[in-house]
Amino acid sequence: MLLLAVDTATPAVTVALHDGSSVLAEESQVDARRHGELLLPAVDRVLAGAGLKLDAVTDVIVGVGPGPYTGLRVGLVTALTLGSALGVPVRGLCTLDGLAYASGAEGPFVVATDARRKEVYWARYADARTRLTEPAVDRPADIAEAVAGLPAVGAGARLYPGTFPDAHGPEHQSAAALASLAAERLAAGGEFLPALPLYLRRPDAQVPKNYKVVTPK
Amino acid sequence: MADEPLVLGIETSCDETGVGIVRGTTLLADAIASSVDEHARFGGVVPEVASRAHLEAMVPTIERALKEAGVSARDLDGIAVTAGPGLAGALLVGVSAAKSYAYALGKPLYGVNHLASHICVDQLEHGPLPEPTMALLVSGGHSSLLLAPDITADVRPMGATIDDAAGEAFDKIARVLQLGFPGGPVIDRLAREGDPSAITFPRGLTGPRDAPYDFSFSGLKTSVARWIEAKRNAGEEVPVRDVAASFQEAVVDVLTRKAVRACKDEGVDHLMIGGGVAANSRLRALAQERCERAGIRLRVPRPGLCTDNGAMVAALGAEMVARNRPASDWELSADSSLPVTEPHVPGQSPAHHHDHDHVHEVAKDNLYS
Ligand SMILES: [Zn+2]
Repeated sequence: MLLLAVDTATPAVTVALHDGSSVLAEESQVDARRHGELLLPAVDRVLAGAGLKLDAVTDVIVGVGPGPYTGLRVGLVTALTLGSALGVPVRGLCTLDGLAYASGAEGPFVVATDARRKEVYWARYADARTRLTEPAVDRPADIAEAVAGLPAVGAGARLYPGTFPDAHGPEHQSAAALASLAAERLAAGGEFLPALPLYLRRPDAQVPKNYKVVTPK
Repeated sequence: MADEPLVLGIETSCDETGVGIVRGTTLLADAIASSVDEHARFGGVVPEVASRAHLEAMVPTIERALKEAGVSARDLDGIAVTAGPGLAGALLVGVSAAKSYAYALGKPLYGVNHLASHICVDQLEHGPLPEPTMALLVSGGHSSLLLAPDITADVRPMGATIDDAAGEAFDKIARVLQLGFPGGPVIDRLAREGDPSAITFPRGLTGPRDAPYDFSFSGLKTSVARWIEAKRNAGEEVPVRDVAASFQEAVVDVLTRKAVRACKDEGVDHLMIGGGVAANSRLRALAQERCERAGIRLRVPRPGLCTDNGAMVAALGAEMVARNRPASDWELSADSSLPVTEPHVPGQSPAHHHDHDHVHEVAKDNLYS
């Protein structure tokens, strides 16, 4: 088994290789605006770092969000085309589940990432492996009651200390955690999500004034 | 010829997910998934809707193109992709897909210019482009006159619209006439039953002191809208067919007049017309008439190749391979305002070149050693 995991649903562009028993290589860069430039070179370095060839990959694991759309799509389309070219399955995991797993928490907690527009993507967990709610997007003030008294992980929690006073643990998504979770789940015969984006919001349907403006003046 | 480059091209700059496959100047497959229907109710392309549709359609469209062409991905000599110009988020889906596909297959990647691709596609229809080529590109997003001495390395802007693109004017007038989106095909159809000389609409930038190769359709659009509103306000019926025909005539008159003049001024004896508006029947007819009179040979690809598609990207990619142009880096970005003067986006610096070679070595090694 060789899992290649990628996640671009948060500002972190993160890639890892996992052989079923441990993480062989990983790389993360935090840059919310350059997912498209950073991801493939990172995949290349992670493979080179592990001394492995791409055709040894047996499964592609991808964080399906929720996350800001443009970055999120980079990871998904990269995973899907790799899967198609290599002829291997592409398995989706909720990005929040990766952060939850990385926290190692044993009791109830919340994961929250930055959804921009003064909102967070969030879900509640019973422990590091057990999500209790569907991922959602909300204004922090509107969920204060639902998350009251719970410790919180993720950059979204740190951004809004009023709602998440007890923020700690991992701030950024790591593909290593995502890959480890996937390896556990595969071994246990557990289920994955389809490799489809969790946008959680409808597209903004404003008609662009000048799409494809290219006027060379 | 079997030794001509076999290239797959990916286009996602607007609302069409296109994947084409060519061998040299021969078209093998042209698979398209369009999200145009999803945009219709907004009266224009909604970028986020387009980007979402590209992600959904990408892999199925690649697989359909390979099947249609009857080739194996392993036999490809390169992967080309529109790097710009276009909608940033939409471009990024295609660029990311192309990189990952090229990387997985161990093939060189060519990020190419959308406008140069519109010109190069004519090679699939009429054989190798004459050098230089004069090209008039007209669509919902662009209206440019370009002189291309070498489509892979030297494309020069002669003129462009200073406000609306020609296709945009069609969409806006269709909206005023409540004909739906996109406006081009329906106006073309109605205009056939109308009188193009019924109403004299203004021809923008055609005065003696105006820029000879630039276009302006904003004044025309306003003038047509005002004319229609005046009729409505007077309680009269709007002669939709005559308005469509007269408006269309004003657009294609200026386009063809300026294109023919550019050919004459530059001593180029042929003209290629591309982009979605090149599908317009009156533009084709008037261009043919004026070119014949001026002794200019007209090259217009069939309508399906004029609108955005993957085959045009593959056509330019194949030319890049044939002429040994340097490939792009894995860091290639989507550039929504990629200048027309950059037909492709080669690896950036000598340092990058080194990286690039290294990366390709690793990639090949990954699959085939
Ligand atoms: Zn176009």
